[in-house]
Amino acid sequence: MHTVLSSPGKTVTMGHDQPFVIIGERINPTGRKIFQEKLRAGDLSTINIDVEAQVAGGADVLDVNMGVPLTDEPALLASAIKLVQSITDLPICIDSSVHEALEAGLAVYQGKALVNSVTGEDDRMEIILPLVKKYGAAIIALPNDETGIPATAKERLDITEKIVRAIESYKIPLEDLVIDPLAMTVGADPEAVKITLEAIHLIKEKFGLNMTLGASNVSFGLPSRHALNAAFLPIAMSHGLTSAVMDARTPEIVNSVRAADLLLGTDAWGGNWIGRFRAQQAANPSA
Amino acid sequence: MSAEEIIKGLYDETLVGNAPAVLELTKRGLSEGMGPDTILFEALIPALEEVGARFERGDFFVPEMLIAGKAMSGALDVLRPLLAETGAETIGTFVMGTVKGDVHDIGKNLVNIMLEGAGFEVIDLGVQTSPEKFIAAVEEHKPDIVGMSAFLTTTMPMFKVNMHELTKAGLRDKVIVMVGGAPVTQEYADAVGADGYAADASTAVRKAKELIALKRAAQNA
Repeated sequence: MHTVLSSPGKTVTMGHDQPFVIIGERINPTGRKIFQEKLRAGDLSTINIDVEAQVAGGADVLDVNMGVPLTDEPALLASAIKLVQSITDLPICIDSSVHEALEAGLAVYQGKALVNSVTGEDDRMEIILPLVKKYGAAIIALPNDETGIPATAKERLDITEKIVRAIESYKIPLEDLVIDPLAMTVGADPEAVKITLEAIHLIKEKFGLNMTLGASNVSFGLPSRHALNAAFLPIAMSHGLTSAVMDARTPEIVNSVRAADLLLGTDAWGGNWIGRFRAQQAANPSA
Repeated sequence: MSAEEIIKGLYDETLVGNAPAVLELTKRGLSEGMGPDTILFEALIPALEEVGARFERGDFFVPEMLIAGKAMSGALDVLRPLLAETGAETIGTFVMGTVKGDVHDIGKNLVNIMLEGAGFEVIDLGVQTSPEKFIAAVEEHKPDIVGMSAFLTTTMPMFKVNMHELTKAGLRDKVIVMVGGAPVTQEYADAVGADGYAADASTAVRKAKELIALKRAAQNA
């Protein structure tokens, strides 16, 4: 099962036999006060810096979220997407829970985007899946419903099944569905990551779907978050995770993902791994 | 064990979140004739205040705060009925919930812990709390404060919806409304007409006490 995303100059393929797809999480104003103030004032210049840092860090796709309270989110998201596409070839993950913003973003996006996200709630799917169909995009779906985040992997699998049926009923190709098996912090529940890993395994076994998740969640509220994120991703990859919305600027984390690609056989003969080494060597000859 | 040793033990074990030890020492204190209010006000509340202070400084992390809260809750289950018998006035009653459409609960739970730690009675409505559920809880428990939490910019507008429903139900003047959550600001809290906002759990407790004192003063004036 291959989920193919594209821009005018680039194609990125997600799959269980493919290198892991790193979706850079940085272009998101949540918790960034100065960025929010700038965006409110119509100043998008921070985005240039965030794009550059994530491209340099090794992102494959860039998530773009413009969720600033008390602003015109659809207009802001459309402007941000146009700006990002003017500076990089990386495909975009259009991130909003406001469907008008998703539509505004999809309307200006050039290529095949990934939409982030829909849940298994009927009313959400009824609004968002027609948009996905109309623009021929791929979609991230979270297996939670009206009652909240399911505490068990089996329930997440059941809601995934419901989402699969809905996708089929809208005649969206199943390969354009990417499930987010829900990563929660291990700081609030010692079993949280184990449940996510089990959900990844079950969803892969039953549906063979691609999966992505918000990887940085697992370390929320804990010290040395980079080390935890760098440890989590390879474990999740070995269970069947094929992508993550994650920190693409920290070498420790990106290296750990690329190492796992090689170790798990999706970077055959280490072409990417050795290429990264050569690039780093060229950039810093004395090291 | 002297009363002093029990108080010190309770404080130390609550600080490190050792729930079995806190429960054991609570029972022991009671059996040796200590008052439930002594255990609460001289050991548990000071311990939770210290936990909150350390968290605020960045010396304590989320799991440490959660287990300290659990340790205190275990003791409170034993103490609450006894405190009710003594007729001691509670600091206040707080109904709390994450708004409809939002499943985030860590921040809310941290605030609950700090509120309980400060002696509030907390009624937690959980996540995905519909306006109807907030209204029903305010009618049933007649809290001093209702707290609403939202983690997403897209669920924050539920504050306004809930406020509207409170007004429609004739309850707006009867309860203090506090809002909070990662994307929420004082400006936003003002825009939806909330009475209070706090950026973190410790500040929320101070704000809650302040708002209740203001309200009680106004009623007595």
